Amino acid sequence: MSDPAPGAARDEGAAVVRRREFLTRVSVGLSAWGAAIVGIPFVGFLVAPLFERTAQVWRAVGPVTAFAVGTTTEVAFPDSSPLPWAGVVARTAAWLRRESDDRFIAFSVNCTHLGCPVRWLPDANLFMCPCHGGVYYGDGTVAAGPPPHPLPRYPVRVRDGQVEILTSPLPITTG
Amino acid sequence: MRILRRAWAAIDDRTGLSHALGPVLRHPVPPAARWYYVLGSATLFAFLTLVVTGIALALAYIPSTNDAYQTLQFISHQAPFGRVLRGIHYWAASAMVLLIGLHMARTFLMGAYKYPREANWLTGVVLFMVTILIAFTGQLLRWDQTAVWTVAVVAEQVGRIPAIGSAVAHFVLAGDTWGGQTLSRFFAFHVFFIPAVIFVFIAIHLWLVLHHGISEPPQAGRPVDPKTYRAWYRAMLEREGEPFWPDAAWRDIVFGMCVVTAIVLAAIVLGAPELDKPPDPTVLNADPRPDWYLFWYFGALALIPPALENAFMILSPLVAGAVLFLIPFVSNRGERSPARRPWAVGSVLIVCMMIATLWVAGVQSPWSPDFGAPPLPTAVVAVSAGPVVSGARLFHDKGCEACHTIAGLGGQRGPDLTDVGDRLTPAEMTSQILNGGTNMPAFANNITPGQLDELIAFLKTRVRH
Repeated sequence: MSDPAPGAARDEGAAVVRRREFLTRVSVGLSAWGAAIVGIPFVGFLVAPLFERTAQVWRAVGPVTAFAVGTTTEVAFPDSSPLPWAGVVARTAAWLRRESDDRFIAFSVNCTHLGCPVRWLPDANLFMCPCHGGVYYGDGTVAAGPPPHPLPRYPVRVRDGQVEILTSPLPITTG
Repeated sequence: MRILRRAWAAIDDRTGLSHALGPVLRHPVPPAARWYYVLGSATLFAFLTLVVTGIALALAYIPSTNDAYQTLQFISHQAPFGRVLRGIHYWAASAMVLLIGLHMARTFLMGAYKYPREANWLTGVVLFMVTILIAFTGQLLRWDQTAVWTVAVVAEQVGRIPAIGSAVAHFVLAGDTWGGQTLSRFFAFHVFFIPAVIFVFIAIHLWLVLHHGISEPPQAGRPVDPKTYRAWYRAMLEREGEPFWPDAAWRDIVFGMCVVTAIVLAAIVLGAPELDKPPDPTVLNADPRPDWYLFWYFGALALIPPALENAFMILSPLVAGAVLFLIPFVSNRGERSPARRPWAVGSVLIVCMMIATLWVAGVQSPWSPDFGAPPLPTAVVAVSAGPVVSGARLFHDKGCEACHTIAGLGGQRGPDLTDVGDRLTPAEMTSQILNGGTNMPAFANNITPGQLDELIAFLKTRVRH
């Protein structure tokens, strides 16, 4: 056994340090790689609803003759792309007002304040919201309370004697 | 007996259990620990109760928008122990929200968040926030009519965030509107994502309590000085410290088990809230209300002036969170005793009074129309025929009664009209009805002159006897 030259020991010490630095980098890098290849699909799946775009479709809600002129009635129809397990939640409601022989208005049932379902009081000719007391006139304009906008409207048309409503996203009042 | 003792000795030797846990259990704590130290551990006991009952409920609950409501009916009304398990889960959630709030107020009032325990406070703030989130998502899992409309209310609120509001709303709904994906995501948040955060932060929080030691009861005139505090604290423990187990821990156990017993009693006697109607968004006779701990926020949303609403919905949670996070950075030294910190005591009092006031307003919710008010009975109308009777009928049919009270019947949005005949002339009544007011619809296009005459004829008779 002969002692190595002092210079060689220094070289060897430096090599050990370099080796440890290298191993640290490899380990941290590989861990990051593992986290990334699992994490990307995880995050992607989590935010997937942001990138799903569903085509809106026309839904028949009843024959024209079912709605008397001057009345406002609740109609129900399936939303644009119901999933098989969605059940009743895939159903959407609208308040359908027949203005004249050929003119219909379909109001969203969601109050523009915070989205609660407005009720139609036929004799009073008013929509009222149960949550914070928003009130709308029969044409959807705000009559009282906190709603910032009139009731939103769905596109509506008459085809082959049927009233049809175009499905729409839940109306969100933006800031 | 000897066999058992030898078996334990062998197990302990091979696992190192008492080596690992002994010092933790017996770590020295300041003497004369007080009863008000038990709120944190009671919060933990409530959380553990939630984990256990949550796991049990998951045996039957199906997080699909089609089936969840039926499985909840099964749990609540059919499955043995189902009703009481749901009750325990509900009341433990209520207890956890309440206890974590009290624990936070206590540590703030006693200055326990000051040096060196700033990180204890910060991890506690995170735990407080995710506790509100998990309680709220749990309310949605009830998946009845109220839950469905509450999702819409949440989507509307996040929708007010500038620029990214509609994207966040889309994320909350998991689509354009409610659908098959909405509930399974809230379920995953409630049982996996948020509990994972809670477990991690409880671990850090407890580690910090051990690392810095439990804060000693504050004493007026003994301020915290970061330069000397640690040495002083260590010397105090060496001089007069007591082992945590059992000298201090027995209080945690006594109070914690009282809380657990109260939760189970409430579950047996009161049960969980009854399920609302099924989650059908086309059933519009809905009256969504949050659970009790958010009633005050529900009240705030009704009472805030519309012009400030966007700012309020977005800024108030942000500002509240920021203030809580900044507390230990603003004041981490000096007096700890509430007797020397009037601003701290005052701010806690103000927050409590604000929440209590809004809470009472939320419970009464005078702004909500009373849809169920019956037509005024003959005893109230006091006449049996003629325009006064038709007017009284119109008072109901035209929706007046939804917002105005007469003789105790009707809503509270507008003024009580029991003796309106004493206060307003017929001309003033006519003007008010036709033109409306700040929070009253104008009826000019909604009422015929004949109906108006009848309504006025009726209102004129509303005088004090």
